[in-house]
Formats: sequence, structure tokens, C-alpha cells
Amino acid sequence: MSEGFEELCRVRPIARQGMITLRGDLSAKAVKNAVTGVAGVDMPSRREARHVGERAILWMSPDELAVLVPHEEAAVAAETMRSALAGIHALVADVSDARAHFRLEGDTIREVIAKLAPVDMSPAAMQPGMVRRTRFAQVAAGFWLRDEATAQVFCFRSVADYMSGLLRTAATPGSAVGYF
Amino acid sequence: MSTRLATGGRLIDRSKPVRFQFNDTWLSGFEGDTLASALLANDKVMVGRSFKYHRPRGIVASGAEEPNALVNLGKGARHEPNQRATTTELFDGLYATSQNHWPSLEFDIGAINAKLARFLPAGFYYKMFIHPRPFWKHIYEPFIRQSAGLGRAPDPETRDPDTYEHFYAYVDVLVVGGGVAGLQAAKAAAKSGARVLLIEQTAHWGGRAAVDGGMVDGQPARDWIAATVKTLEGMENVTLRTRCMGAGVYDHGYVLGYERLNDHQPQADGPRHRLWRIRTKQIITATGAIERPISFAGNDLPGVMLASAVRDYVVNYGVAPGERTVVVTNNDDGYRTAIALKAAGLAVPAVIDPRVHAIDPPLVAQAKAAGIEVLMGRAVAKAKGGRRVTGIVVTAHSGEGAALREIACDCVAMSGGWSPVVHLWSHCGGKLTWDAHHAFFRPDPAKAPTGADGAPFVHVAGSANGYLFLKDVLQDAENAGRVSVGLERDPAPDANSEHAAPIHPVWMMPAKAGDDLRAKAWLDYQNDVKVSDVQLAAREGFESVEHTKRYTTLGMATDQGKLSNINGLAILSDALGEDIPQVGTTTFRPPYTPISMGAIAGQARDEIFQPIRKTPVHAWHEENGAVWEPVGQWRRPYCFPRKGESKHQAVRREVRATRNGVGLLDASTLGKIVVKGSDAGRFLDMLYTNLMSTLPVGKCRYGLMCTENGFLTDDGVVARLDEDTFLCHTTTGGADRIHAHMEEWLQTEWWDWKVYTANLTEQYAQIAVVGPKARVLLERLGGMDVSKEALPFMQWADGTLGSIPARVFRISFSGELSYEVAVPAGRGREFWDLCLHVGADLGITPYGTEALHVMRAEKGFIMIGDETDGTVIPQDLGLNWAISKKKADYIGKRAQERSHMTSADRWQLVGLETLDGSVLPDGAYAVADGRNANGQRNTQGRVTSTYYSPTLDKGIAMGLVHNGPARMGEVVVFLKEDGETKVKARIVNPVFYDPKGEKQDV
Repeated sequence: MSEGFEELCRVRPIARQGMITLRGDLSAKAVKNAVTGVAGVDMPSRREARHVGERAILWMSPDELAVLVPHEEAAVAAETMRSALAGIHALVADVSDARAHFRLEGDTIREVIAKLAPVDMSPAAMQPGMVRRTRFAQVAAGFWLRDEATAQVFCFRSVADYMSGLLRTAATPGSAVGYF
Repeated sequence: MSTRLATGGRLIDRSKPVRFQFNDTWLSGFEGDTLASALLANDKVMVGRSFKYHRPRGIVASGAEEPNALVNLGKGARHEPNQRATTTELFDGLYATSQNHWPSLEFDIGAINAKLARFLPAGFYYKMFIHPRPFWKHIYEPFIRQSAGLGRAPDPETRDPDTYEHFYAYVDVLVVGGGVAGLQAAKAAAKSGARVLLIEQTAHWGGRAAVDGGMVDGQPARDWIAATVKTLEGMENVTLRTRCMGAGVYDHGYVLGYERLNDHQPQADGPRHRLWRIRTKQIITATGAIERPISFAGNDLPGVMLASAVRDYVVNYGVAPGERTVVVTNNDDGYRTAIALKAAGLAVPAVIDPRVHAIDPPLVAQAKAAGIEVLMGRAVAKAKGGRRVTGIVVTAHSGEGAALREIACDCVAMSGGWSPVVHLWSHCGGKLTWDAHHAFFRPDPAKAPTGADGAPFVHVAGSANGYLFLKDVLQDAENAGRVSVGLERDPAPDANSEHAAPIHPVWMMPAKAGDDLRAKAWLDYQNDVKVSDVQLAAREGFESVEHTKRYTTLGMATDQGKLSNINGLAILSDALGEDIPQVGTTTFRPPYTPISMGAIAGQARDEIFQPIRKTPVHAWHEENGAVWEPVGQWRRPYCFPRKGESKHQAVRREVRATRNGVGLLDASTLGKIVVKGSDAGRFLDMLYTNLMSTLPVGKCRYGLMCTENGFLTDDGVVARLDEDTFLCHTTTGGADRIHAHMEEWLQTEWWDWKVYTANLTEQYAQIAVVGPKARVLLERLGGMDVSKEALPFMQWADGTLGSIPARVFRISFSGELSYEVAVPAGRGREFWDLCLHVGADLGITPYGTEALHVMRAEKGFIMIGDETDGTVIPQDLGLNWAISKKKADYIGKRAQERSHMTSADRWQLVGLETLDGSVLPDGAYAVADGRNANGQRNTQGRVTSTYYSPTLDKGIAMGLVHNGPARMGEVVVFLKEDGETKVKARIVNPVFYDPKGEKQDV
């Protein structure tokens, strides 16, 4: 079989990913300490995603971060962050059950994402360790590049089936664009 | 006849024959052919009939501008109408049929219309069929629809078997058009390191230069093209795509590219078309120019073609469109065709040139040297023939058409000059200027489309910019490429410079053609518009080109007048006695040529046509026969009919089971927004009409939200989670909207308030356990105290139920004892199943949205979207109790104090009970005495919610009635859907069930 008959990349759902939303002053030391403390990952700058293993911190907006931890740790991690931030203006919410996550693996993840999201996926613009909040076709979504061949996509839980269908369609054999 | 030449054809591979069908006859062509070239090779010159008169029509052009050769392509599910044969690449097994003929292409009954042509002038339909009015719908329109039209629409039952997709690309410079100008511009821009995307609509690079030749940088144009493509392919920062058309230019550097991946190989894997959604900083349109036909009588006969197309077929495909070709041209370029035909060994009896040359320009001299007779100062009076041109009548161009001589021929190659393709330049507001010397509109560099910074973002290169000679084209392209990336201008590669005599504009041939000739001189082939039609429109007062276009349908066909617009407006300006620039052009709009619906839809079909939001319990609903109700993008169960049960019966059963036992509702779609911060209370006091800051921790309060204009926009229960934190429930449809509303106020007006929000709607499955036995059920699950003492009405508590972490709210939208239980979404299904299991012997009954609606209506609870429609204020709904009098302000307060909002004449909420117990029609109006200025019945109220109440066994309704609350007991008359049948209803209290609220507080 020629390579044209292979899927452009592997798409698999990540079951039970823990995720905590934090809103606060990202320049405040207490906020930095609270998130890096539970994640064991460095603080990201604008549009960055820092990760070590299955833990990560994603920059979501000038006053919002998403902290990824294993699902079973999420409730405790959120509580730890809340107590660390007691008396400080911040909001911590466990959104582990509100999201669906997918992992894309392969050499053509850039093309698969560029078919669905209005994002400049060129290697110059979108590098490993970057995150984007965007849309995939008709739903809100975010994604980040773990490395050159691995992307992680997340969306609302209610549209997990739709997102799965989108990603698999975009990765259909024979649909390589050959652009990047 | 037209035929394949023994040699030649740079694009075809004679070793690879390709079989295809046209009108169910098997024919043969070669790989590399277009359908048009293959048809000509098989002597199929006539390929269709015209739209209005059903005149025989043949291939005119060789590219995207083709007006005539439209075919039905493919069969069954792959059938597609109006496909241009000139841009359809041939493949094995291609199946095409001609359009707009009945019963056959050769014999067509509609051709009788041609005999009636003088009774079918411009605007005929408007004039003739306007009276009597009813005839239009029942007689004229069906008749016209039968006889008019082009391709056949696909069978509605078929489904497109192909796939399509979108692709987002971001570049610095997009070059549209892969001729020498596009190649040179791309090269010039790419030198800066800019990211360049070059797209070409055909399968080949080089455009006209590959056919017309010339020398660039000391090498033949074709070699230079090949070398330049290779150079560009080797550059990291350049991407080249063939078969990709620049379809439209939009604001902010947005461009649509239409890539036809598999049209030429329908069995291949992958998408058929891909829509490129490009964001580019700069655009260079190197879209070339299109040759114009000449308006002489009989110029629509099969065999009359554009001169450039004739030599394209010879040079590119080794096809001779005719054995004897007369060339008629008003410019030097047309001579190239005569020379190319002669070189291919074909007969060229004459070149007819309305100009008179004192000294022959080079191309004219070259033609004469090749032994071709040149008739100067002459014109074609008319072309003769039926299904094929058989000859022409020569006349003096300055005269009225008196015959001087006849020349037999089977092909006429005409060139009326060239029009730069300015479409993409114009899409975003680029203006044109009339170049009288060249007789064409060219882009006005002083009036380019501008971006957000006020600087031009579209540049034009080459013949699209009005440069017709190789040397000028390359220099212009080099300039455009450099300007697009901010580089200094630099010399372009050298090319041979040419001398040419000026064009002599010919808008009608001969110059003083009489009525009979003008009525046979076609401007728009596809829509059957003639010179005489445009002149008639001018006489009837259509002075604006846009009006003339719509009156005559000039340029309104699928080719959008690519060949006809300039000729048509020249005729119009002449008839109006104005200059061409004064008349101006019609508006150029995307797409450049039609693009497929599939490409526009992209991947959105079948399962992923649109997102369907699913709750954590969705699968259970599906497995248990839920009838779905779309609520935004959610699917919610309307009801759960059992075997043999109607929806109506199911709803009745669900209501009764809930009122008498226990019901279960999946309320997960309700919005849940957390609002936290030291200013959260103050913020909610502004958002809601009532006081939220005074809500004690642990308690719930119902609240209303209004827009700045005072109108009710959302409602829901707020729970105070701790001193700084509130949880706001919204309606299902309000979740995203209200969250955005909150963020807007926080980010734009109250940016210094200490408040954060988070939309946690999907974090929780929320399940309502409702009915007198609800407490028994939760007690069986165990884990927390849900007694009246521990958890009274309008309070909440955290705990576990059946070992699942839960937050339990004692709130009720049904009037019954009710708990809304929020559990983590991942455990929602488990909790649902547990309730069904534990409650089986209690008769636990899942219910849907309709039972929910019935029960809330029995209680007189309003529903956003039923009792509200964007014009209703809370005061209209008797909700004054939920509007704080103490607060200095809230969103909507000031608006609600305006005179019309406080007027005693507003329609207000009441209950309605029909005297006969029937159910009022939804939306029915209550009539009042008299009629309004429009002769309509005056009204005094309308129904907002109406149901059959299983609890009360009669119809109940709510409605807004003029002065309603003051008219309790009064009977008003509503009209049914027919507008005549009267239903009498008594105005009553809207709370039909348990008005004291004893049942929910137990």
C-alpha cells in the first residue's frame, strides 16, 4: 500500500484527563506558586503550554490558566490551589468533567489541525510548547503542541463525538495537503 | 470539420488514449485533453443550445471564460450541471451530455423561439407577463421554467459520494495566476524570504506565453517557464498549487482558493475539492486578460470562436477547430492565430482587419509573408450557416453591411481586443480606469483596495494590469512582487520587445450595421442578449449599466459576462451618447467562476454536519426511545413514549407520575456560571433585578436578568456558595450568552471590580428528582440528610448520594417537592441509573421537556422565550416582587422607568381558561372592537403558553392581555388559526395548581 492510504495521523481520545481552570493575576507570586506547585511545571508565558509528562500548565488568556493533572488528583489539586490562594482574588474551578481531550500523533498533525482551525500552523508560527484557543469547525476548542509530532486538542464534553468525527475526517487517508 | 492534427499538441500524450461519452456516444481523446479539445477533435463543434432562443451553440473559448460549452457532467449521484467543457480535464469514462435541448441536440423544439426572436425583445417577460396577475404563477412561470434554464439540477434523492474539505493557510504574499507574470512576481517577492503561495487555476504553468512564445532571458518562453517553476519549487518559502483558482478577495487579506483535486481523476482517494481559506498580508493578482468577441451578425454560430482559443487548440492539443479559418481582428494579436494555423498546415483564406495600415506592423507583415491575404478596412457583415458556420460575407467596415464578397469557411477566429481580468482587484473595492489607447478598463493604481492601515493590499501584475507584451509584463510583475514585500524596484529579466499597431475599437461590425444585423449580433451568448436588446433598453430609459444589466440579463448568466460585459457597456454608452468611463462597469463579485457547494460545505456533512451537544445521560435517552427536541445545539428528550403510546399520551403519563409519585428529569443543559470575588455580590446586584448580595450562604434565590433596554432576557436560581462565591443558573439557551454578557460588562465597564466568572455548565450532570416521593428516593440512596429540617425549600447542601459527590438544591420548577442534584458529569449516568434502580418500586418515571413545560405552566411559572420575546419587561409578567426597589441601579432599571414601560396600557400576564375546556391555539390573538388603519382587526392580547393540563383535565393557558390583571373573570374572544373561529376564554389567575405553594415546601 502506498502511504496515501494511511490515515494522516493517529487520533485517540484521552480518557479521564484532569483539568483545573484558574483565573487570577498571573503576575502575582502567589498565583504562580499555586499553579506550579500542583503541576510541577514551570509557569508558561503568553500563548505557551509547559508540560512534564502528563502534567501541564496552559496559558489561556491574560488572566486564565488551565492546569492539567491526572484525573484522580484533580479534586485535591484544586483544593490545594484554593487554600494556597486564600485571601487572594482568584477563582479555581475543577473542570475535569467538563472537557474532552484528544491526542493527535504523526508527522502531519499540522495539516489535520489546519483543515479545522483558523490558525497559522506553519512551523515558524506554531511551535511545540505553544497553545491556541480557537475553534475546530463549528465548536470552541483549544490545542497545544507537546512536540513536533504530538498535539493535544480539548473541547467541551458535550461535543466530544462531534470533535472525534471532525478529527477522524480530517485525517482521512488520501487527504494529505502537502503544505507544511 | 474540426479534427485532430497529425502532429503537435504540447499538453496531450498521444500514447495514452482516453475514452469518453458525449450524449451517449463513445468518443476518444488523449490524456491531457480538455473535454472541449476532445470534442473538437471528434468534430463535435456544436455542444449545446442557448438559453432563450435555443440557438445552436459551439465552443467559443479555451478557458474559464467559456459561455457556451456547458455540459451535464457525470451520472446519478455524480451528476453535475453547467460544467465548462473548456476547464474539464478529460479522464477515462467521462460521461457528459449537452444541456438545454429537447428532444435532442440536433433537433430541438425550443428552437422555434428563435423564429419568434423579434417578439422576445429585452424586458419581454416583464412587459408581457405582468398581467393578469394570477396568470404569472399558474401559467407563465411554469411555461417559462419549462423552456428556459441551462443544466438539469441533480436528483434530490441522490447524495454526493465525494468528500470536500477546507484548509487554512497564512502567508505573506499570495500570487493568483501562474502565467509568466505570476511566476515572475512570486520569484521577486520570494527573494525577500517572505512566505509566498502561488496558485494557478489550470493544470499548467505559463499561461498564454507558453502558447504565444517569445524570448525571455535569452531562452524561449517555455524553457524560461519550466526553469522558473523549478526555481520556485526549490524555495523553502514558496508553495505552488495548480488546479487552484483564486475565487474571491475579501477584507483583511482574506482570500478563497478553490482547488480541484480529483475532478480529473474521480476514482482517486481523498477529497474532490478543497477550499483554501487564506489569510495573506499582500495579494498579487496576475490573472491575465480575456479576449473579446466581435459583435457581427451570426457571431454565435458554432465554429465562430475567439482567435486566441483557436490557436490554443492547435498549439496545446493538436486540434484544428476548422479546416478553413477566417480571422477577423481589430488588433495585431489576432494575426498570431492566422500565423499559427498556417504553420500547422491549415487554410486561412483571409484576415479581415477593419484597420488600414500605412506600414504593416510586424505581425501583419509576418502573416502576409506566410501568404495570407489581409483585407484591410474590411469587416464581417455576417456569418452564414445553421448548426455550423459555412462562410462569411465581407463588407466595408465603415458601411452598413453591403456585401462585397463571400468567403467559405468552417471556422471564424475573432479578436475584438483584450480585457484585463480585474475581478479579484475589484472584489474589495479596487477601482478601474478606462485606457482609451488600448480600449480596455485597467486597474487604477491610485485607487487600490486598502487594508486596515489604509495602504493597498492588492497589487496587479502583467496583462491583468493592462500590459500586453512580454517585456512589459515581466517588468510589471517584478515591480508588483517587490512592492508587495517592500523592496526597491529592480529590472526584470529581459524579453523581446514588440511593436504593434494600436487597436481600433470595434463595438459593432460593420460600424453602421442595420437593424437586421444588430438583431443577430450576440453580446451575451449564454443569456441570449444581442446588440439590439441593449440599444432597446437604452431607448426605454435604462441609463444605468446596473439597470440595463438586469433588464436585458446581460452578464447575468453563470459566466457572469466574462466575454460580454465590456462589449455590452460600449454599446450602451454609444446608445446613450456617453463615453464608456461615464457609463462604467457593473460590480464584480466573488466567486470568479462558480465553485461547488461541496467545497463551501467542506467536511460538514452527515454526522458532522453540525455539532449535536449531548448530556452525560444522552445515551440512556437514546436507548429508551426518547423523542428529541432540539434546544440550541442540544438534543433534549421531549418525552419517552412507551410501546403503542402517542407523544401526547406519554406526556400525560409523565406529568401524572411526577405529580403523584416521583419523576426524573435530565436538567444538565441548564447554565451554571460561577461568579467569585469580593465584588461578586455587587456585580450580581447590577445583573439581576433583585438583590443578590443579601442572599445568605447556603440559600437559593430566583432572579431575573434584563437587557439595557429593560427587556427580560434570562432567569434562574442563584445559590450562594460562600461569602465571595455565587453559582448562577441560567436557561439552557442562556448559558453561553449570559456568560458572555457577564464578561462583556466586566471587561468593558467594570474592569476594576474584583470578579471572576467561569462557565461550569458541562462540569456537572444536573438531575431533577421531582414529586411527593422524591425525598424517599434520595433517602434510599443515602449519604446526606435531605429532610425538610436539614435542607429546607430554597436551600442547598453538599454531600454524597449513593457514594457519589453531590450538590443538592431544593428548588422546584414543577410545584412539587423537588431536588436538583448536581454530580460530576462523568458520574451523571451512574447517578441516573442508580435513581431508576432504587426508585423502581416507587414508579419512578423519567420525563421530558414537554412534561416540564406543562407542569411549570400549571404553576404559572414563566418561560424565557414563551412569555418573553424581547419586548416584554418583568413588570408585564407580574414579577414586580422580583424587582428591587432599594437598589440604586441594575441593568435595565432606567429603561423600565420610561413612559411607555410604565404605561397602564401594556399587555400583562394572566391565566386563560377556555369556557369549553379546549386548548387555545399557541400564539392566538384576542380581538378587540374595530379595525386599525390597515383594516386589520384590533387586538387586545395574545396567548404565550397553552397546554392540555393532565392534572386539571382541561386546557390551560397564559397570555398577555391589555390591562389583564385588572380584568379577572372577564371573558375575551380569541381567534383560531383560520382567523374566524372564535374561542371564548376567561381571564384568571395564572397559577392553576397549588396557588399557595404548599406542595413544594414540604
